Amino acid sequence: MPEQDPEERIHNFDEVALGYTEEQATIEANRCLQCKKPQCIKGCPVEIDIPAFIKNIAEGDFEASASELKRANTLPAICGRVCPQEMQCEIECTLGKKGEPIAIGRLERFAADYELEKGVQTPGIPESTGYRVAVVGSGPASLTVAADLARIGHSVTILEALHEEGGVLIYGIPEFRLPKEIVRAEVDFIKKLGVEIKLNFVVGKLRSVDELLTEYDAVFLGSGAGLPSFLGIEGENLNGVYSANEFLTRVNLMKAYQFPDYDTPIKKGKHVVVVGAGNVAMDAARCALRLGAENVTIVYRRGEDEMTARIEEIRHAKEEGVHFKLLTNPTIIYGDENNWVKTVKCIKMRLGEPDESGRARPEPISGTEHEIPADVAVIAIGTTPNPLIPSTTSDLQTIKRNIIPTDAECRTSKKGVFAGGDVVTGSATVISAMGAGKIAARAIDQYLQSLRFAETTSTLDCEAIECRNTGNQ
Amino acid sequence: MTYTILEREELAPEIYLLKLYAPEVANKSEPGQFIIIRIDESGERIPLTIADYNRGAGIITVVFMEIGKTTKQLAALKSGDSLSDIVGPLGNPAHVPKNSVVVFVGGGVGITTVYPEAREFKKAGNTIISIIGARSENLLIWEDRVRSVSDKLYITTDDGTKGRHGFVTDVLTDILRERSVDLVVAIGPVVMMRAVAGVTKPFGVKTIVSLNPVMVDGTGMCGSCRVLVGGETKFTCVDGPEFDAHQVDFTLLLTRLAAYRDEEAASLEKFMHEQDGDEKC
Repeated sequence: MPEQDPEERIHNFDEVALGYTEEQATIEANRCLQCKKPQCIKGCPVEIDIPAFIKNIAEGDFEASASELKRANTLPAICGRVCPQEMQCEIECTLGKKGEPIAIGRLERFAADYELEKGVQTPGIPESTGYRVAVVGSGPASLTVAADLARIGHSVTILEALHEEGGVLIYGIPEFRLPKEIVRAEVDFIKKLGVEIKLNFVVGKLRSVDELLTEYDAVFLGSGAGLPSFLGIEGENLNGVYSANEFLTRVNLMKAYQFPDYDTPIKKGKHVVVVGAGNVAMDAARCALRLGAENVTIVYRRGEDEMTARIEEIRHAKEEGVHFKLLTNPTIIYGDENNWVKTVKCIKMRLGEPDESGRARPEPISGTEHEIPADVAVIAIGTTPNPLIPSTTSDLQTIKRNIIPTDAECRTSKKGVFAGGDVVTGSATVISAMGAGKIAARAIDQYLQSLRFAETTSTLDCEAIECRNTGNQ
Repeated sequence: MTYTILEREELAPEIYLLKLYAPEVANKSEPGQFIIIRIDESGERIPLTIADYNRGAGIITVVFMEIGKTTKQLAALKSGDSLSDIVGPLGNPAHVPKNSVVVFVGGGVGITTVYPEAREFKKAGNTIISIIGARSENLLIWEDRVRSVSDKLYITTDDGTKGRHGFVTDVLTDILRERSVDLVVAIGPVVMMRAVAGVTKPFGVKTIVSLNPVMVDGTGMCGSCRVLVGGETKFTCVDGPEFDAHQVDFTLLLTRLAAYRDEEAASLEKFMHEQDGDEKC
């Protein structure tokens, strides 16, 4: 797939991957073997009929392809861009056994973009079931739940704390990987399904979940894992030290890269250290480059194989000139006389015996301390769920670090309350959140049907009583 | 959803009051809490303390001082204009004690935050002594309001134009020497709050301050507002904004508040330049 040249793209926030042309997409789609028992579908958390949508592309009917995608997945333009397909659908592809698997993600993106360009048809809205569902948060899990429930005819209201909808798709993933125009277009489609979105609505402050349950028949918690973890080392509160959430929120949501045309400032570092090696760390490092950093260094306590970022994103970061200091861990952040970050002291690590997560435990090698110059440091070592919702909800069970556990059907310990995405798993991927959203939507629909059944039975009982009472007439 | 400015009032030079229509926020507001606003599409998010609220009428009142681009822009708005975003109420409400003698210390715009808190504290049966101070008489705001909820009110001005010539801490020291006080609540500029903490510490009087660090989201997702309290990192927006003054690292707070000084100056300069340009047209 064509991409912006690394030399050029580090000076802008435009999308790196440019997408297939119609001709390229058709050629790629024609490679698909249209397996009788397609394995690729098994790898897709939202169960897209992959051979079917690819067949449409191969036949040149791009609109039909987009409709096919939308049947299973309301956010194909997003998934086509940010899913780790190499670990999901594409890893299962038969063609991959002997060569390159079919580029499912790129084709998905192509069909979705084609439709967005042509103008998305307003979907028909089914007759209302009369049931109301509140969805907390507007990230990928919530958008999926909302769309799936709206398509059944339930009335859905999304409650979002920030001033724009999309969750991590808006504040976390940068423009050069996921243009915000695309997110807005896919959110618009969900609004067209009749979903109402209330912005600036902090659940736990404006309404508790208990209060929501008096207005709504069910509540879905898709509030994510937004609480940043810090390393807990000396110097972490110095000026110039950011959580990845703060750094990325300033850049992506508040458009600090366009300061002073946009009012939110950001410290543009010359030497930037990013701690961590997930997708968030790659995003922060690549944003720092685009803000004009001379050098950006990823510091990660494990090795190349343990990095959790997508392979493609690691490749992009390397092409753009991000340095990687692997098996290295920060120990102290030193500041200058004005309390600005000056250097990050690190120590070399070696991998020891596997720890409780099953991964080799990194251990410091004494005598290997060294300092890396830095005027900005970004801590990207993960996030946990915000305590606001559990602390204001009665009878809602939580486990370590405010995680809300659920059963396989996304049911929480509280009746009528469902949860999915990062609030249940801790920080994970966009697509796993969407997968959870699909499951939750089914479970919520079943729950609402059971309410109907209960209501019908009680109506029947009333009628029976009425019959008895009027039996004499 | 639009958030309309119902009323705008200049309380003192460069100090403005806005009454905002935000019924849902008003309905849930408690003393001590704050909102985050964004004026328009290219705006930043800034925190403003809720100085008053009227649940029935759906109104929240904020008071702010013109200090930079966003507050200047806000000050230039008129009643009938609207803000693109208001989110809140955020932060924890003030903890209201019982049967206590409480000294409220308010400085500058912080005086307006003293008012709703002192009102609730008074309602709960506490004895309220208030000390409010400003640089000069013309910057002294809400004197009558604070008096209406206080058993005793002291006024200080740095230049002696009204009340006692000197600082709020001078009066506070005298009070602590003369009588027993259960709690001191200080709200105002960081240097004032730090000075109050310094005064009360030797007397061993519990002291609460309302902190005002740089915020972005205000919901606990970024840590921009982190402060050190008792050696532990806390997020002001969700753990505060009120903390034990004797545990707060004020030096760190001041340093972090100055982090974007250059950018703030640049943004203000650009804004003023554009305003001038407009006027010339």
